[in-house]
Amino acid sequence: MKRIYYLLSLLVLAGTTQLHAQTHKTASKSPVTGLSSSVTAGKKVYTLHCLSCHMADGGGVANMNPPLINTPYVLGDKNKMIQIVLKGFNEGVEINGDTYTNPMPAQPTLTDQEIADVLTYVRNSFGNKAGAVKAADVKKIRASLK
Amino acid sequence: MILTATLLLIAPAIKSAFYKAVSADADNAGLKMPTGFNAAIIAETGARPRHIVVTPNGLIYLKLARPNKEGKAILVLKQGADGKATIVSGFGNYGGTGIYLKNGYLYTSSNQEVFRYKVNDAYEVINPNEPEKIVTGLKMGRQHETKSIVLDNAGNIYVNIGAYSNSCQEKDREKGSMGIKGCPILDSAGGIWMFRADKPNQTYKDGVRYTTGLRNVVGLDWNQQLNQLFVMQHGRDQLHDIFPDMYTTKESALLPAECMYALKKGDNAGWPFIYYDQFQHKKIVAPEYGGDKKKEGDKSIIDPVVAFPGHLAPNGLLFYTGNQFPERYKNGAFIAFHGSWNRAPEPQAGFYVVFQPFKNGKPDGQWEVFADGFSGSPEKTASGRVDHKPCGLAQGPDGSLYVTDDTKGALYRISYKK
Repeated sequence: MKRIYYLLSLLVLAGTTQLHAQTHKTASKSPVTGLSSSVTAGKKVYTLHCLSCHMADGGGVANMNPPLINTPYVLGDKNKMIQIVLKGFNEGVEINGDTYTNPMPAQPTLTDQEIADVLTYVRNSFGNKAGAVKAADVKKIRASLK
Repeated sequence: MILTATLLLIAPAIKSAFYKAVSADADNAGLKMPTGFNAAIIAETGARPRHIVVTPNGLIYLKLARPNKEGKAILVLKQGADGKATIVSGFGNYGGTGIYLKNGYLYTSSNQEVFRYKVNDAYEVINPNEPEKIVTGLKMGRQHETKSIVLDNAGNIYVNIGAYSNSCQEKDREKGSMGIKGCPILDSAGGIWMFRADKPNQTYKDGVRYTTGLRNVVGLDWNQQLNQLFVMQHGRDQLHDIFPDMYTTKESALLPAECMYALKKGDNAGWPFIYYDQFQHKKIVAPEYGGDKKKEGDKSIIDPVVAFPGHLAPNGLLFYTGNQFPERYKNGAFIAFHGSWNRAPEPQAGFYVVFQPFKNGKPDGQWEVFADGFSGSPEKTASGRVDHKPCGLAQGPDGSLYVTDDTKGALYRISYKK
């Protein structure tokens, strides 16, 4: 149990560090309004395509649908997250000692921009703070999966 | 010495006589029930108890969804003179849901196997570390993996093998994906299998597919009055997510019904080809199999005996045979609804224990909410972020009703006093 807390705090720390790095990077390029408009657009995509399983508060459903709060899946490598949305996900997930069993269906019909927005929304909601995802990032991953 | 021995002998008798008289929690443990009923939380296990057995002498066995901190997945509790129950021991290192006491054996299940333990005259497990393996090699997918169990009076055990799928789509839960022809999952799951209760190491080939077309059953009971198996099905999810042009989010929150079935050998309850629409009172062809919300399914598929609101997740079923509750409860069904998740963005519902009156073995009149308030507040019910979720049900020797909570691990006892 202690080990899990340790791992979790490391992950949160890693996420925070990454955030700082990315804020520095993006601050000069895109104004804060870029992030907030992506978050606003992403919330709409989330409500239509994600909320019914991951819930309005991102907390998921015990034993079935994993939470999107402070997990390595959400705060970590954005490319992995993009892949999960494009290809779906059907592996045992263990978060904080709990496992989640429902498969996540692939969402390949969402556009690059919709996926970028929804992931930016998730990475900056429910207490999460992580860098934005761009449509170009999604385009790159989508091409690599073909 | 003799005196001590005598005291030891009579002590359990005194205790079991005393706990019956104990009064309820001042606030009825936060539960709202009909007049005359009272409730107490008699144990906080800190674990995730699923199904429960209360023996004729008041000993309690809880089957945990996963082993607790001490690595035990079956807990033994004794009820004291103060009405509280204390954990006295634990055994079994496998998580799961099923537990049932019959003919001198405690039967339990992991998510792939069924075991039994011999009990002594005091209903204590004699050899907790050496269970007899009764059934092995059962299919376990990543969904609906728990194996609920119940026994009949003819030496058979019934095991739920849940379908490892929502609606047998080619791509599970994916928008627009159609159903797999014939749904081969049904060969080894999506039904109730019957095995001998006393034969070790049985596998599929030793059992019988007793009933097919049941997506997943958690709550089940043997109705002693009818000598018949009754089950509660968890109906399919996500009609809107998968077919957004056919079903609104509101329709998807309400449909399909959570059904109670009275089963006979060879019955087919229709999953995944149909679902039961409680508003039209019809078996409707699933959209994955060409349905249009109206087209009716095959006439050979059985009808439910009661249709409850959608997505409430019935996890416990108990036919009440006790004498403590008023006469109208006798032979009626209590159902523990774990509560919904697949109603979002509509408000969630459930998290209560329901009573369905029965007369002469048939449902008689409308079901009613019997015990509500497990969630903590109406707001918590609506959001689904609840305090407690009712799961397993058992009847005590004095006729009290026991309810497990697999979220925080509380154990409730509900009693009636005129």
